[in-house]
Amino acid sequence: MSSTTFRSSVAVPVTMRVNGIEHELTLDPRVSLLDCLREQLRLTGTKKGCNQGACGACTVLVNGRRINSCLTLAVQCHEAEITTVEGMAADEVGNAAQQAFIAHDGFQCGYCTPGQICSAVAMLAEFEAGAPSAVTDDVAEPPTVLDDAEIKERMAGNLCRCGAYNGIVAAIKDIQERESQP
Amino acid sequence: MKEFSYSRAEGPADAIELGTATTQASPVRYLAGGTNLIDLMRVGVEQPDRLIDISRLPLTDIEDLPDGGLRLGALSLNSSVANDDRVRLRYPLLARAILNGASAQLRNKATTGGNLLQRTRCGYFYDLTTACNKRVPGAGCDALEGQHRTHAILGAGDSCIAVHPSDMCVALAALDAVVNIEGPHGAGRAVPLTEFHRLPGDTPHIETVLEAGELVTSIDLPPAPPGRAAYVKVRDRASYAFALTSVAVLLDADAGRTRSARIALGGVAPKPWRAYAAEELLIGAEPNQATFRRAAEEAVADARPRRDSGFKVELVKRLIYRTLAELTPDVAEEER
Repeated sequence: MSSTTFRSSVAVPVTMRVNGIEHELTLDPRVSLLDCLREQLRLTGTKKGCNQGACGACTVLVNGRRINSCLTLAVQCHEAEITTVEGMAADEVGNAAQQAFIAHDGFQCGYCTPGQICSAVAMLAEFEAGAPSAVTDDVAEPPTVLDDAEIKERMAGNLCRCGAYNGIVAAIKDIQERESQP
Repeated sequence: MKEFSYSRAEGPADAIELGTATTQASPVRYLAGGTNLIDLMRVGVEQPDRLIDISRLPLTDIEDLPDGGLRLGALSLNSSVANDDRVRLRYPLLARAILNGASAQLRNKATTGGNLLQRTRCGYFYDLTTACNKRVPGAGCDALEGQHRTHAILGAGDSCIAVHPSDMCVALAALDAVVNIEGPHGAGRAVPLTEFHRLPGDTPHIETVLEAGELVTSIDLPPAPPGRAAYVKVRDRASYAFALTSVAVLLDADAGRTRSARIALGGVAPKPWRAYAAEELLIGAEPNQATFRRAAEEAVADARPRRDSGFKVELVKRLIYRTLAELTPDVAEEER
């Protein structure tokens, strides 16, 4: 057989760039990206809420796309570019997001917040790139207005048990208004 | 999670060679996005001894076909397909169906092939302490007399009443998509999507027509059908929930006569369900309230609800009627 095979008793070499820093790791293939970030890399900003892709607290960016890190094996991210909430401050939109969440009271306990921020930053990029959502009137056209309905639909993958949704939506509108100003 | 050996496939043939070694006792599974498989592995429903990572295979392209159709690579992301200009313009039904599924994060990781092959979310299937003929053939089905309001009313039997959870597949069924499969020794075959998933019968553990090692490489869409289309999903929440019932409708009417009609249902059957009898009733007839009502009735004529899923019969009827009506301006006007 020509493919590279690893038994889990022999850990798999994985290289990943996280928030601009390259890491060379050897991992049990069962380790989720979430656990890798938190346990191996000590980046504990990303949270484990449900560990089954239902809450979004584990949302990070992999190669620019927001995904649930709990349903990703770290070994799948070999040679990937990953951004976590710890990397948000260094990014213009990420920084704006952090400020906006504070200004608009977009959190209470803060547990879902890292996932909300990563998700919101990526969501705004998706919107700017013209991606439709389930509530977009005409999917053939790029959506023009990021109204409440669009924000809520696009952020539906991030739950907040404290119910800080109003603040989250307000924060996101704020970021979008700022970023769309020349 | 049970230990497994992990390999990255270097090409489709390589993956297939490794995949054909799968047995009931020692399963081999392909890993693409992993949004369903990893979850199933974590709860112990799937316990592969070997995971073949196919996510880097060159099967991500969405390409135009000579006949005017569109080929979706098996590894194209759900979000990529929903966002593709050609899909949005020519197959908006498919874009809308995909966008109604899961969350943005999941759509950014899940693949076309994975969405096709995802397994049911039946709570008994997931719970190792219960009886489930899918997990353990012959063990029984605790859903029959248990909690089954989200389960099947069509196409199911006494061995299993689980539903296929995909939104994408409902649209693909309505569009008469074709699944391209590659097997050992370079063998290839094409299977209509409507024949790809199997009804449970007495063997609910066999869910598709795939043989050991076979790899789905792409899904072909025929040239875009004429007419108007809609995908409507009914669920307990406004977003991010599976369908209680969903419908994909394609309707082409001209000069007071329906030329073609496709109706596919989600959330009510073990596979994406084409309501062929209802379609036949519509074709050639005048598109009006009475015809639409008859079609809706016909779609559930063979429904076999259980103790708590009877509401779905009425729900399906109303959903089909409403969707047909909204796609027909004169009828929509009358309804208001």
